[in-house]
Amino acid sequence: MAITFDKALGIHEQALVARSQRAQVLANNLANADTPGYKARDVDFQAMLKQATEASRGEGVARTHSSHMDVSGSGGSPELLYRKPHQPSIDGNTVDAQQEQSRFMRNAMDFQASFEFLSSKFSGLSKAIKGE
Amino acid sequence: MSLGNIFDIAGSGMTAQQLRLNTTASNIANAETASSSVDETYRARKPVFAAIQQQLLNPDQASGHFRFGQEQGTGVTVDGIVESQEELQMRYEPHHPAANEEGYVFYPNVNVVEEMADMMSSSRSFQMNVDVMNAAKTMMQRVLTLGQQ
Repeated sequence: MAITFDKALGIHEQALVARSQRAQVLANNLANADTPGYKARDVDFQAMLKQATEASRGEGVARTHSSHMDVSGSGGSPELLYRKPHQPSIDGNTVDAQQEQSRFMRNAMDFQASFEFLSSKFSGLSKAIKGE
Repeated sequence: MSLGNIFDIAGSGMTAQQLRLNTTASNIANAETASSSVDETYRARKPVFAAIQQQLLNPDQASGHFRFGQEQGTGVTVDGIVESQEELQMRYEPHHPAANEEGYVFYPNVNVVEEMADMMSSSRSFQMNVDVMNAAKTMMQRVLTLGQQ
């Protein structure tokens, strides 16, 4: 039985990438907490994960001809959305620093969780290879 | 890996906040700097922040599994520093060495209370960026231990 990394590692690799991308977006919100007119942004993590799972399962629309357009999940860009502000501010900035920071921390924790899963997958693989 | 970008983003935030802190310090230090004419008087300085957009930095970057729209930002920059156009304080102090012929002295339009509030805001924002950088560092250090157990 052949072991492919994609099947063995599952969704965790993509989840890790998605988490780090989201961390970047949230860090950008925090850096621009005092920029006038800046609109806070975030990604729809659910949609991102759905795209990734569909891509890894090979679901979605199949390309049966070389001139077909690629409409599958991978390579497509998940939309970067704007956050709904809780209260308006005079300078047009919609960043709520406390909220963004808590989201960033939560995202970091989720990143660690995904990492733990990925790490245990690798240690499982190495055990299987060594035959322990 | 986009975790590396977080260091740039948080770093740009820290630079911007530090510059804001610098202008605040300059404003408070010069709050009582009197002069004899309107043109020579110190005016309160304020930095203008603007978001950096990705396409300005690297136009054809398509990295990673997920490609975000090109409109994704990568930090903050200081567009420039503007001088406040508020009215200067004109005080009648005929014995002041800088007094003009009519005995008036011009004081800067620095509002010290406003500057203090601004200072607290910028130091908090600076701390927030430091926290972000620390969190990114922890995340990255964890990734480096992958497969070591």
